[in-house]
Amino acid sequence: MNKVYSPKELSEAFQILNSYQPLKIVAGGTDLMVGYNSGMPVPDQLLNLWKLDELRHIDEYPSLLKIGALCTYTQLIKDERVRKYAPTLVDAAKTIGAMQIQNRGTLGGNIVNASPAGDCLPVLAAFDAVIEIGSVRGLRQVPFTDFYTGYRQTVLAEDEMVTNILLPKQKTEESAKFYKVGTRAAQAISKVMMSVRASIDAQKCVKEIAIAVGSVAPTVIRTRLTEMAIRGLIIDESLIATARKEMMEEVRPITDIRSNEHYRRTVSGNLIAKFLRENYLA
Amino acid sequence: MTVGQSVNRKEGRDKVTGAAKYVDDYHFQDIWYGKTVRSTVAHAQITGIEFLAGFDWSTVVLADYRDITSRNIVALIYDDQPLLAESLVRHVYEPILLIAAPTKELAELAAKHVHITYKKLPAVLTIEDSLSAEQKIFGDDNVFKSYTVTRGNVEDAFQSAEVVVEETYHVGHQEQLYIETNGIIATAKSDGTILIQGSMQCPYYVHRAIKELFGLPDEKVVVVQNVTGGGFGGKEEFPSVVAGHAALLAKKCGHPVKIVYERGEDFVASTKRHPAVIRHRTGLTRDGRLIAAEIDLTFDGGAYCTLSPVVLSRGVIHALGPYKCPNIRVTGKVVATNTPPNGAFRGFGVPQACFASEMHMENISRKLDISPVELRRKNMLHQGDYTLTGQQLTYSVGTQQVLDAVLERSDYLARRSHKQPELSNKRYGIGLSFYYHGGGFTGSGEEKIKGQAAVELTAEGTVRILTASTEIGQGTRTIFSQIVAQELGLRPEDVEFEENDTSKVPDSGPTVASRTCMVVGRVVQMAAASLKEEMAKRIASLAQCQASEIQFEGRHLLWQKDGEIISVSFAEAAERCMSRTGFLKTTAQYSSPPGIKWDDVTYSGDAYPVYAYAADVVEVEVDMDTFEVKILKVTTATDVGKAINPTLAEGQIEGGTVQALGYGLFEEVAWKDGKILNNRLTNYIIPTSLDIPDMETVLIENPYPYGPYGAKGIGELPMDGGAPALVAAIADAVGAVVTEIPATPERIMEAMEKLAVEA
Repeated sequence: MNKVYSPKELSEAFQILNSYQPLKIVAGGTDLMVGYNSGMPVPDQLLNLWKLDELRHIDEYPSLLKIGALCTYTQLIKDERVRKYAPTLVDAAKTIGAMQIQNRGTLGGNIVNASPAGDCLPVLAAFDAVIEIGSVRGLRQVPFTDFYTGYRQTVLAEDEMVTNILLPKQKTEESAKFYKVGTRAAQAISKVMMSVRASIDAQKCVKEIAIAVGSVAPTVIRTRLTEMAIRGLIIDESLIATARKEMMEEVRPITDIRSNEHYRRTVSGNLIAKFLRENYLA
Repeated sequence: MTVGQSVNRKEGRDKVTGAAKYVDDYHFQDIWYGKTVRSTVAHAQITGIEFLAGFDWSTVVLADYRDITSRNIVALIYDDQPLLAESLVRHVYEPILLIAAPTKELAELAAKHVHITYKKLPAVLTIEDSLSAEQKIFGDDNVFKSYTVTRGNVEDAFQSAEVVVEETYHVGHQEQLYIETNGIIATAKSDGTILIQGSMQCPYYVHRAIKELFGLPDEKVVVVQNVTGGGFGGKEEFPSVVAGHAALLAKKCGHPVKIVYERGEDFVASTKRHPAVIRHRTGLTRDGRLIAAEIDLTFDGGAYCTLSPVVLSRGVIHALGPYKCPNIRVTGKVVATNTPPNGAFRGFGVPQACFASEMHMENISRKLDISPVELRRKNMLHQGDYTLTGQQLTYSVGTQQVLDAVLERSDYLARRSHKQPELSNKRYGIGLSFYYHGGGFTGSGEEKIKGQAAVELTAEGTVRILTASTEIGQGTRTIFSQIVAQELGLRPEDVEFEENDTSKVPDSGPTVASRTCMVVGRVVQMAAASLKEEMAKRIASLAQCQASEIQFEGRHLLWQKDGEIISVSFAEAAERCMSRTGFLKTTAQYSSPPGIKWDDVTYSGDAYPVYAYAADVVEVEVDMDTFEVKILKVTTATDVGKAINPTLAEGQIEGGTVQALGYGLFEEVAWKDGKILNNRLTNYIIPTSLDIPDMETVLIENPYPYGPYGAKGIGELPMDGGAPALVAAIADAVGAVVTEIPATPERIMEAMEKLAVEA
């Protein structure tokens, strides 16, 4: 029989992680249950985080939001502070599954599931989020962009779990966008995702830009070469063409059952061009 | 008047409240569960079956082909498909071994402990490989069946053509995706009777398959249809397989055996729509008149024949669309591949043919620079014209009406000249399709079936219908009760149904081919008319009046005597009618309309007693950055003959159109080495409610003299035209014509790139 631990205190969860390995953490279960139902072996021991209300808080600080790992997508979509300071995270959360999944799936689960198609992840990468990790050994912080070490690999040690996400607020002068290209209008897994955050001045000069893409590389990545090719320059047709070309070269897509490499590469280029074009026209 | 009214669905309340009992809702105390062990390779000799240690094999019962007492076949057309593989497997997922166990989990666990070894053979996985016949897997040429239909002199006509347009079109598999997966419970009774109940479209098909399998007479097999959650053709022939498996296990283990597939198994194991490659070569005058056509269709039948010859035949007959062309040759073949057998799916060969013929009209209109509307008007069939099989259309030809109606209602002409938004990177497009679909079985089919139905008076003084036509969500029970109520002056709620059980109801023929309303509905109407006549006769003799004077109205029988109106309630009249015999039941049998002629050898004559016609307009917006398509609006106009129940008719049209849009835009089975990669609802993409826009449905009533109250069959028609109208709209938006569906963003992008290179 499978053993399911459902602690009510975070410290207890850390103790369980420390004592009962191997253990699979369940933070909602919207990915795991699908896997188990379609034949993935169910581990002997599961740690169910659902009762850890400590991880359901959203706290506002001067420059960032601290979001508990167990916050559901619905919670993010409804929260006034998230809507105000991280609207692209709300946009991303709204594209996930349908209402039932949004009620149960969590931001921490999205992160630790480590799929390159995780919908919230490009936003966290573009906003330089920091991941707070806990264990009996204490808390530590890791930049989100260093969190993945390879396809479906993370920096988490066996006894660790994600506790909070520190998300810098979008500044009033910043313009941000989240794009998801899926297989249909809802209930869709992405083919290409892009999250962009930029400061563009009145002269249409891109002072600062961060671009993250999903589903086009083994992990969600920041496209830093493309950022460099844009940063400090004034938006015009030539810059749009350069950005498109850089992006197409920088992404590392594959062909799978959802889409093909050529399409993913082309659309990645088109999306950064679209962002610049729309900001140029704005 | 109840015919023509949108009365409530007869079984609607039970389905909405959850009271309806589907096969998986039946629980018997001693029931066991069946599990199917399937091939994991596409083409191979089975070299061994090992039962691994670590499992207590005494807790389960196994069955293989050696347990079949009569013929190891799934009886259908060629009888080439074994119920269980013997030494050879011809496709991945082919059933090899069956396991029955007291619990589902135990059956699953046992299946994990079976290890089958194979000696692999070269596999034929595509139409191209099959046509090359390098590897022969069926006969000498891998061809299950071929047809040629010729009219006029094609070669000479091409010589005189001013323009020739040629293109090849590709369509892939499509899964029916009924909401309830396949499920059967089989019970082997001590007297040798086999009882089958479950989810199905055609109880008498299952009845025949089980008889053949065990060598039993008619009365030793009883098949009962349970409430069925959709079929779309997917439960036409396939339930015979599941029923055969369950029956074999039930006989061997001595318990009733339930087999209900999970979605993933249903998806890989069941039949799908045939993929096809269709080539059109068309000769025209410069002003767009068709003078010569050569059409070649090749369908992928999969590993076994199933219904492929009949599917192909319908595709061949509909290959040109509802147009005139004096010189035409259509060739069609269906070939064998080492993939799971394809079978019936709403439309039955026509959606493939219609996509190709209507996209070809789009290509012709572009090449000749003639508007799609004008091209259709110039070539459409009118009353008195001949189809490609030489059938003269003498009644109920709504071609011009549906085209006019769809153009007017969609405001097509104004919207086609709509300017593109300059700043946005989205492009608007509008597309048209114009199509038809023959109702009932092809050619002499209905004459062979001779479908029957009966009506009888009940002890409560109401009426009961006895038919094997199944309710699978399309509204059979509602419209049949309306037809009978109309004949007898009753309300639909006064009409009930005998259980759909082969020991109780006559064989009305299968619930397929858009024939339920048009053909069986007519038979039901005839049976009700006979009942009325017989009642009138009996009452007249009691009342000493003329039978012809008795009116059936408002749940009463009325006649005049000595200038006075005499009225008896229907229930009372029924009681009097049965006072001597104890019952009153009338049966009717279908006969073709007068003058219908069909030649199976030359494939010429009256292919169908009548056709239903439709036209669709689809409007889209294509995102030029991502090539994603948003469907903005769909307008359809359909010549239904007569809408017995307008809401249900509209529901059929809307539902079929959604399936057609999914076929055109999303639905694609992904394969690798003969295996399906996307057998889940998360990765086999069908439209959600957010993908489907407002639909406007125009019903046009152009009565068919031999249908019930003029009704024609429209079950399949709406599946035919959605995909080409959609892809034509995409072409209007982006300038490039996609010739393979689904028209995914990837294919739209490639078509645009190809066009840019050519330019």
